[in-house]
Amino acid sequence: MKEQKEVKLMKGNEAVAHAAIRYGVDGYFGYPITPQSEVLETLEELRPWETTGMVVLQSESEVAAINMVYGGASTGKAVMTSSSSPGVSLMMEGISYIAAGQLPTLIINVMRGGPGLGTIQPSQSDYFQATKGGGHGDYHLIVLAPASVQDMADFVGLGFDLAFKYRTPAMILSDGIIGQMMEKVVLPEPRPRRTDAEIAEQCPWAVTGKRGRKHRNVSTTLELESKTMEENNLRLQQVYAEIERNEVRFEEYMTDDADYLFVAFGCMSRICKKSIQQARERGIKVGLLRPITLWPFPYEAIAKLAPRMKGILVAEMNAGQMIEDVRLAVEGAVPVCHFGRNGGIVPNPGEVVDSLINQFHIHD
Amino acid sequence: MTKEEILAQGGSKVNARPKLLLDATMHYCPGCSHGVVHKLVAEVIEELGMENNAIGVAPVGCAVFAYNYIDIDWIEAAHGRAPAVATAAARLNPDAVVFTYQGDGDLAAIGTCETIHACNRGENLTIIFINNGIYGMTGGQMAPTTLEGMKTSTTPYGRRVDLNGYPLNITNLVKELDGTCYVTRQSVHTPAAVRKAKAAIRQAFINTREKRGTSFVEIVSTCNSGWKMSPEKANKWMEENMFPKYVPGEIKNTVKNND
Repeated sequence: MKEQKEVKLMKGNEAVAHAAIRYGVDGYFGYPITPQSEVLETLEELRPWETTGMVVLQSESEVAAINMVYGGASTGKAVMTSSSSPGVSLMMEGISYIAAGQLPTLIINVMRGGPGLGTIQPSQSDYFQATKGGGHGDYHLIVLAPASVQDMADFVGLGFDLAFKYRTPAMILSDGIIGQMMEKVVLPEPRPRRTDAEIAEQCPWAVTGKRGRKHRNVSTTLELESKTMEENNLRLQQVYAEIERNEVRFEEYMTDDADYLFVAFGCMSRICKKSIQQARERGIKVGLLRPITLWPFPYEAIAKLAPRMKGILVAEMNAGQMIEDVRLAVEGAVPVCHFGRNGGIVPNPGEVVDSLINQFHIHD
Repeated sequence: MTKEEILAQGGSKVNARPKLLLDATMHYCPGCSHGVVHKLVAEVIEELGMENNAIGVAPVGCAVFAYNYIDIDWIEAAHGRAPAVATAAARLNPDAVVFTYQGDGDLAAIGTCETIHACNRGENLTIIFINNGIYGMTGGQMAPTTLEGMKTSTTPYGRRVDLNGYPLNITNLVKELDGTCYVTRQSVHTPAAVRKAKAAIRQAFINTREKRGTSFVEIVSTCNSGWKMSPEKANKWMEENMFPKYVPGEIKNTVKNND
């Protein structure tokens, strides 16, 4: 008999909350900000402390939220937060500490347009912040870019799995469209939270109180000896190199016969799929490469596709951020142009096709 | 009171070394209050048998290396964020006894928001607050608790309230919050004061073990390096100048029948 999966209709933000409980997350700490407040609201409504024992707390600020995440993760628990662009800016110091402390955590940014207080409408303008550091010091986050409500649900588990595998923070870089739109979603199977014994075994570094251990565990990012601090940095870089080797994820769409390539992530990749259909109806063969991990970035996949293309259009809801990584990958092999809308404008598929035609002087 | 009488009452020797105090050379200046308070915290944890479930949260400031001196698990927090860090550690680990150890800049300037809200939520924590009226670690700048007229490297002509505002009595402020169960102000500049401070720290840790809410222990302290005084003179100066503004004694205690 074929197993029937339960399909639900919900917002991306709601899917995150459901997925977190089902994954067995130990704690969520967050502060309201549009367009992601449904994550906290849904968790409060579902009251997981009565079922799985998950802690949910509305903090006094994003600064407090991320430091709660730092404190909780230091004890080996699976802890997460979510926010939107201005709030994530506030978290940057804490994220740097979490990366330096090698603490597995999940941070979700449901992006809105900036800079400044900006707009509550969707945007993709925090790409640099997410992939190039954002906070101080040499560090990286594993950055996952969901393009559907299903991705929002699935990337909670994937994010935590990767975070714990490499002892590093992971980020879901979503946006106001993916967070707010409703789609069909199959939620992950529920699993129990890890027991304290399992945490002690899997996370021997966890600050739990000594609990009979001979050695004491200290979660700190301070090191005044430059030699040791350099060694700490090199240890982080080794982890990042391993992640770059193993965890690059991307999706290719209609690239086999393509003359032109779109590179787009998140909701923009969804728009580009429609643009591809429209372009092909006009006789222009276009394909898509959608990076799923924005860090590590699929440089090799793009480098491999580039020589077959007449041109590459990087489509983003920002003024041109991911295009820098695409150009690094392409190394001048073919022309790379940018299509971008800012400030919360969501482009329609036709605009992207027109941009492709105009920038590459294609006469259909 | 004789030594024997004090010990018979459950008191301990003022100069014995607690087992949990690690054999490390402290980086504190001679005459600094931190060493004494560290010793009291170590003694209390040991006496209450909490060495296996105590989690300390260290600040940024002179006590940033507190984790090098007491043999328990520690988290080193970002500047001012210890109460937020401790909130999560305590909520996610209900069997742990979580405490923060913070200075005046950390707790009452950059971390005021986290301090107020952790206390207001009644987080099950002990907060040890070292108030010496100055930023020691960065070289003696004005703190929120710096007294009016007090000279620091950023108030070289003395703190002027028209320019810098008034000294912040944050302990009196947290007393007003319903989440705090125990608020007290102590010092460690005489053997008698050390004993009282120890009793206060002990009460706070018991409250945390019994999940009674937030316990807040201020220790009015000296910073003879920052104040540019001999340790002896600093003690006297503290009594004459700090105590009138930061009056030692119990401020709030909602716990009946202590222990």
